Amino acid sequence: MIKLDSKIPSGPLSEKWEKYKTGLKLVSPANRKKLDVIVVGTGLAGASAASSLGELGYNVKVFCFQDTPRRAHSVAAQGGINAAKNYKNDGDSIYRLFLDTIKGGDYRAREANVYRAAEVSNQVIDHYTALGVPFAHDYGGMLDTRSFGGVQVSRTFYAKGQTGQQCLLGTYSSLSRQVNKGTVTMYSRKEMVDLVIIDGKARGIISRNLVTGELERYSAHAVVLATGGYGTVFYLSTLALGSNPMAAWVSHKKGALFANPSFIQIHPTSVPVLNEYQSKLTLMSESLRNDGRVWVPKQKNDKRHPNEIPEEERDYYLERQYPAYGNLVPRDVGSRAAKERCDAGYGVGDTGLAVYLDFKDAIKKQGKKAIENKYGNLFEMYEKISGIIPYDEPMRIYPAGHYTMGGLWVDYNLMTTIPGLYAIGESNFSDHGANRLGANSLMQCSGDGYFILPYTIADYLADDIATSKIPTDTPEFEKAEKAVNERIERLVNIKGNETATSYHRKLGKILWDYCGMIRNEEGIKKGAKLLKELEEDFYKNLIIPGTGAELNQELEKALRVETFFEIGQLMCQDALNRKESCGAHFREESQTETGETLRKDEEYAYVAAWEFKGEGKEHELHKEPLNFEFVELKQRSYK
Amino acid sequence: MKVTLKIWRQKNAKAKGRFVKYKLENVSPEMSFLEMLDYLNEQLIKSGEDPVVFDHDCREGICGACGLYINGRPHGPEKRTTTCELHMRSFKDGGTIVIEPWRSKAFPVIKDLMVDRTALDEIIRSGGYISVNTGSAPEANSIPVGKHLSDKAFDAAECIGCGACVAACKNSSAMLFVAAKVSQMAFLPHGKPEAADRVQSMVKKADVLGFGGCSNTYSCEHDCPKGIPVEFIAKMNREFFKAKVCKQKVE
Ligand SMILES: Cc1cc2nc3c(=O)[nH]c(=O)nc-3n(C[C@H](O)[C@H](O)[C@H](O)COP(=O)(O)OP(=O)(O)OC[C@H]3O[C@@H](n4cnc5c(N)ncnc54)[C@H](O)[C@@H]3O)c2cc1C
Ligand code: SF4
Ligand code: FES
Repeated sequence: MIKLDSKIPSGPLSEKWEKYKTGLKLVSPANRKKLDVIVVGTGLAGASAASSLGELGYNVKVFCFQDTPRRAHSVAAQGGINAAKNYKNDGDSIYRLFLDTIKGGDYRAREANVYRAAEVSNQVIDHYTALGVPFAHDYGGMLDTRSFGGVQVSRTFYAKGQTGQQCLLGTYSSLSRQVNKGTVTMYSRKEMVDLVIIDGKARGIISRNLVTGELERYSAHAVVLATGGYGTVFYLSTLALGSNPMAAWVSHKKGALFANPSFIQIHPTSVPVLNEYQSKLTLMSESLRNDGRVWVPKQKNDKRHPNEIPEEERDYYLERQYPAYGNLVPRDVGSRAAKERCDAGYGVGDTGLAVYLDFKDAIKKQGKKAIENKYGNLFEMYEKISGIIPYDEPMRIYPAGHYTMGGLWVDYNLMTTIPGLYAIGESNFSDHGANRLGANSLMQCSGDGYFILPYTIADYLADDIATSKIPTDTPEFEKAEKAVNERIERLVNIKGNETATSYHRKLGKILWDYCGMIRNEEGIKKGAKLLKELEEDFYKNLIIPGTGAELNQELEKALRVETFFEIGQLMCQDALNRKESCGAHFREESQTETGETLRKDEEYAYVAAWEFKGEGKEHELHKEPLNFEFVELKQRSYK
Repeated sequence: MKVTLKIWRQKNAKAKGRFVKYKLENVSPEMSFLEMLDYLNEQLIKSGEDPVVFDHDCREGICGACGLYINGRPHGPEKRTTTCELHMRSFKDGGTIVIEPWRSKAFPVIKDLMVDRTALDEIIRSGGYISVNTGSAPEANSIPVGKHLSDKAFDAAECIGCGACVAACKNSSAMLFVAAKVSQMAFLPHGKPEAADRVQSMVKKADVLGFGGCSNTYSCEHDCPKGIPVEFIAKMNREFFKAKVCKQKVE
């Protein structure tokens, strides 16, 4: 019987972490060398954790499925990273960052975790700066900041529209330094396909060598997952094509509870779908909403060129509906508003599934050069995809699947319900509630890896200093490897005639339609049923050329798609269970008179943590009540 | 559109490769280049053939995974464009497109169009970092960085590690890649303490790994998808020279 213990320390909010930290056990430098830690993932979360643990002297093994750690999906983050430095003297503070995050997440995150993330944010910026991350500076040589959605202060540090790239290359450089020193061993092009548990503890992984197809065994005293999000469940999303939840999912099936799986953020500003073969949607950073104004024509089905539509015939609907925040409303609000306008017939472009993001006024006021300085690379990117030059006419944008607030359930130590298995970064559920604020993810991923996990994992490892190397020639490894082999054989031997990608596309569409931006009971049930049928077909008609014992990109995809079917089913179950609206989870049955999310705090102020009970069996729901000691629960308002 | 593709097929690192011709119909000009290859692969798989293997991930020009040699140019015909950002509207209807992997001794072919670029990681490991441990950084604004310097450092830091510069160079030189990292850190005050060691060990490492020297033909700059300019190679050379002089003084 699993009992959820969040391990949140008592005491005043601002003292919790400081106090707790000093009470944690330590491992002496001499003993660290003897302890192995596996880190799966080299994004901001994984690379920062691995390099920090390496610096401390642990023996670290790091994995990624790309050819090099520098390509982890964090590299694609654009707009920025938040910190409570208050450099702008605009009233920011750790407490305000905490408050904005709790509110932005629609009161479905843990207070203590969020406060801690805000608390370490300033150190994150100090560290990146020291690593040589070229954040934007002002003329006086000080760091510059800008505003992001859902807040009224300017706390977002940035490096043009490539903040993720620059931060990731910063962590990659410290990771490289540790690889050079020999404290960290890098395993690229290796995909974790199973978790190995010995005597109830996470003790290793099975990975598939993506070049040779061989299954390999790696052991450690603890395993850290930093494997990112699963927005790719919709097929078309703003994520890199390889992003997938398999590592988290196989761990879930071995006993790690999965929390709030249906909390997926749909980002309001992505380049819309342009052709039927499209393989991904490219994000246009939220930072653009600092200067861009969102509008649709006031007239339905207006086919005129946007530049020919006069000012008085434009509906700047965000500014109209949300005068206080205007174009900078949080993402969930912005996305639903765009969908609402398009569904009502005001959408633009060939498909009618787009709205305008216009820079005309900003260019007039600040000059083209200033706009180019801020967003040059994004404008260039947009032009390459669409052929439209955004300096001359408005961009067309539409919401797209983007970020998963849901993930593996972790306690205050970032440990899952499997002892010795940690989850950090986007792969856990802990800090963003039902909706993540812009630039808060890079902050959380880095904070987790640099300044939280290294402390909490020591507390666990301290009890393991007498445990020698974990051998891999044991029945547990044997059994896990055999099971993976069977999984692979099963898929390869179907020999049908439909590719993994084709199934992925179809399953993504089902989830997008029935468990996407707007949900209702009937729809979710229908989606779950369609998904089940498609999954049955998948096991009858999938085609994978070649075998498992070689480089096989189709097999890689099929293994991931298999996971998407299962996680998709749990998403539906979770969405069905939560008969309230909160953040990105919008249940039609629960809305205010003006169409905003309506929470039901008495019934649903809890984290929904799901337990896997075996193949073909129903998941069991565990509730972690969210106790708000410091914040008063309110209806979110951005009006 | 209709296109004829001539694609380099090679079973593994040791096998001998060859070009294979494919005719592809109903290609939409709106497709990205990689979506066109997905479309080809979909057909190959269904007809029982081995799909073409290539690296990719972000498909928006930032991760550096993609990289094909297209009609004799790394990343194809458009300037400042990665393979994944390339669209079929850049090609002629009815034309032939030749697709090869990066060619360099330091980048062995793994299969078809996929190569091993670990050598670039090894160059970074030899010194492409600032040695600061987690927890020891000073307050971020305590070391002012002039705007022009942080902008310059950013321009250099834009390198995505794709290796096109190496593929473009007749000497397989990685100097643009090395110079980008060396310059980024040399522009910033934080990178100064290790500047001399950094440039020396990175240049040496590139040499050991089998990358060639630079003979100033500038094809790297021409084909770099991020527009990293050769002026950074000049900057690196100055850093290298400075390092030598400094070393001599110390000794
Ligand atoms: C287009 C875009 C723009 C964004 N912009 C911003 C922004 O401006 N600010 C912000 O705060 N957030 C932004 N985000 C969100 C943010 O980028 C991500 O949430 C964050 O980078 C996730 O980092 P991570 O370290 O958790 O995982 P990732 O960076 O996704 O890394 C996952 C790692 O795990 C590895 N991995 C996964 N599965 C396996 C496996 N089975 N075996 C081996 N390795 C595996 C991968 O190889 C990779 O190394 C953006 C997201 C997108 C999609
Ligand atoms: S310098 Fe340019 S071409 Fe060379 S690796 Fe970097 S981005 Fe690619
Ligand atoms: S796939 Fe990432 S740069 Fe092309």
